[in-house]
Amino acid sequence: MKKSVLLGALTVAGLAAGAAAAATVDDVKARGKLNCGVTTGLVGFAAPDANGNWDGFDVGVCRAVAAAVLGDPMAVEFVPTTGKTRFTALASGEIDMLARNTTWTFSRDVDLKFTFVGVNYYDGQGFMVPKELGVSSAKDLDGATVCIQTGTTTELNLADFFRANGISYEPVPIETNAEAQQQYLAGACDVYTTDASGLAATRATFENPADHVLLPEIISKEPLGPLVRHGDDEWADIVRWTLNALITAEELGVSSANVGEMSMEAGSNPEINRLLGTEGNLGEMLGLSADWAKNAIAAVGNYGELFEKNIGENTPIGLSRGLNAQWTEGGLIYSPPFR
Amino acid sequence: MSGTHAHTVAYVRESMLPEQAPPATEVGIIGWGKANLFSGWFNSIVTILSLAAIYLILAAILPWIFSPTWNATSLNECREILAGLGREGEHGVSGACWGVIRDRWLQLMFGFYPPYPITPDVNIGEAPVGSGVWPAYFRPILTFVLLIVALAPVLFEHPPRKLLYFTAIYPFLMPWLLWGGTIWSPLSVLAGFVIAFLVFRFVSTSYSSLLGIILAVVAALVWWMVLSGYVVDALDSILPVGIASVDSRSFGGFMLSITIGVVAIGCSLPIGIVLALGRQSDLLIVKALCVGFIEFIRGVPLITLLFVASVLLNIFLPPGTNFDIILRVIIMVTLFASAYMAEVIRGGLAALPKGQYEAADALGLDYWKSQQLVIMPQALKISIPGIVSTFIGVFKDTTLVSIIGLLDPLGLSNAIRADAAWNGIVWEIYGFIALLFFVFCFSMSRYSMYLERRLQTDHR
Repeated sequence: MKKSVLLGALTVAGLAAGAAAAATVDDVKARGKLNCGVTTGLVGFAAPDANGNWDGFDVGVCRAVAAAVLGDPMAVEFVPTTGKTRFTALASGEIDMLARNTTWTFSRDVDLKFTFVGVNYYDGQGFMVPKELGVSSAKDLDGATVCIQTGTTTELNLADFFRANGISYEPVPIETNAEAQQQYLAGACDVYTTDASGLAATRATFENPADHVLLPEIISKEPLGPLVRHGDDEWADIVRWTLNALITAEELGVSSANVGEMSMEAGSNPEINRLLGTEGNLGEMLGLSADWAKNAIAAVGNYGELFEKNIGENTPIGLSRGLNAQWTEGGLIYSPPFR
Repeated sequence: MSGTHAHTVAYVRESMLPEQAPPATEVGIIGWGKANLFSGWFNSIVTILSLAAIYLILAAILPWIFSPTWNATSLNECREILAGLGREGEHGVSGACWGVIRDRWLQLMFGFYPPYPITPDVNIGEAPVGSGVWPAYFRPILTFVLLIVALAPVLFEHPPRKLLYFTAIYPFLMPWLLWGGTIWSPLSVLAGFVIAFLVFRFVSTSYSSLLGIILAVVAALVWWMVLSGYVVDALDSILPVGIASVDSRSFGGFMLSITIGVVAIGCSLPIGIVLALGRQSDLLIVKALCVGFIEFIRGVPLITLLFVASVLLNIFLPPGTNFDIILRVIIMVTLFASAYMAEVIRGGLAALPKGQYEAADALGLDYWKSQQLVIMPQALKISIPGIVSTFIGVFKDTTLVSIIGLLDPLGLSNAIRADAAWNGIVWEIYGFIALLFFVFCFSMSRYSMYLERRLQTDHR
């Protein structure tokens, strides 16, 4: 009897705690600020400028959510997290969402109890070699010394790839990307391997980027996306559909330049009308204002604009769209319909 | 006798010769060099080899340091400037890219602290309307200047003793200046100490001093935990006096290192003394507690304590609790430093001859009086090098907070490299950070040597 009372009390307490934690969107609105976890610094994805304003591809997602929920893209408190603190920060409620180049994996989704709301960048592990080595494929790398960050999935992927192809390599363990750049340039290793976006950003800092080539093989799948805690589906919906709104906006040709004009009155395309809130009540269903998506798009631009501004071909990083092109152009970026 | 002289030697000088300057090879730079650098064939060879090594190092570093890239706005611009000067080397152009320091030195100093906290959204640059005549970052700078004023009477003999009152107020002034908010919060914390003191005075004179201490602590805790919150709210609604508040998240750079370091250093010395005395105490429980605390903290790496502060506490505290991350880190670093400090001071206590303790007892001094007048002044003097080493170690250990995502100078170096304009810059940022740390640690070290000389009473 006593035991069941105790269990009952615990359940009630647990439910109460669940209920208290469930209304992230109310917390954010009451606070007037979105607490968004970002990396402590990754070129193109998140970095503070000299005035302390954060900018980047992942930061754009945070700002879009803040614009959708609060109407103000600047109402974001950026919480820098490291690879070691990011998941606890999210699980403990210190941050409302994590937008920090985090790979969507089974165990993170299921075991750590997070909800990945989508993918904003499809990455994969690649190789960079000096051109003078004359290598054109990763399969020619037999016996090469490879600079590799320790304790990451890239290390395991590398071992798998070389074993599957029956070739050998010699690892040169390094701790950070900055160290890797120094080691690679000093010739301590023939090959540097990490995520392809990181390789491109690293190569862009070299004095003669053209002396180094990225090999065509991509040996792993690294879908990076924003994530939230399990158990608050309303909040997960808001983050998911804000990301989808940016993607759909690109598909439908809505950009930060024309979103103001298009949202003035209902146009001829019903999906654009529903997206921008001139028709239907999608915003109301999310518990947000009717112009939530318009605010998000006006703040950071559509997905394509965000990509081009931070990591696209005209930036020093110079990534091409590749897998991250719209599905209509042969990529994987695809949003469910707004209906 | 003079007659004898005249017969035995041919010539006797009758007047003193004027003093002559010593030979040129024995004085000045040549004499010094001869005595110190070339005093034998082995030393001469060592000297020449050392000079050659110093020359080679300087020849490699100085051209790199003297590089006219102060105004560059990106790494590529630095490279263009250097290439324009024809400074092409084996691995591309050689020369430092100092533009990154010009662009980011304020950030490395103050992190994201708003330069004009009254209007926190504005950026560095022109002072906005409404900020008054205050210069940028006046609050952290003022805090730092006042820190020196508050420390002066403790560290040196010359400043007027009245300044000690300011020293006593400073611990309450510092958090208010840095974090801002209403003036009533630091005053209510101060009031807690006043209440504790009054209770102690009243109870200890009428009853016993042990009861006095216990009741004083209880009264202070009741005031801080329960009452002060309401009182501060009430006072603030009657008379709102305060300055714009600043979030802990905005703290960064050297300001963060100094804040953590100064608080940890300032608190660890008294706590360490208490722990060291407790460890030598005859009271079983006190001794067991102190030994347990010291050994536990010393048995755990600082980084583990920092992870407890940033990660574990987050999970254990009820959801929605807002326990300031910097406060958590400061507490952990202070505990860590205190445990080491206790052992350093215990070393000083152990070095005192037993006769000193017995002499103090023979004079009829009670425990606290004998500690205050006889034991501690000697024990602390012996411990000075160890104490200052611990201080320097703690100050440098503050850089570990970058691992838990706080943006101290080392954390910022990573954030700065994440800017596409500066990605790839390593040595310049680390050099700047190292220089600043060196300035602080070297001053502490020199001060400890000065203090040892000043306190030297034996005639060895």
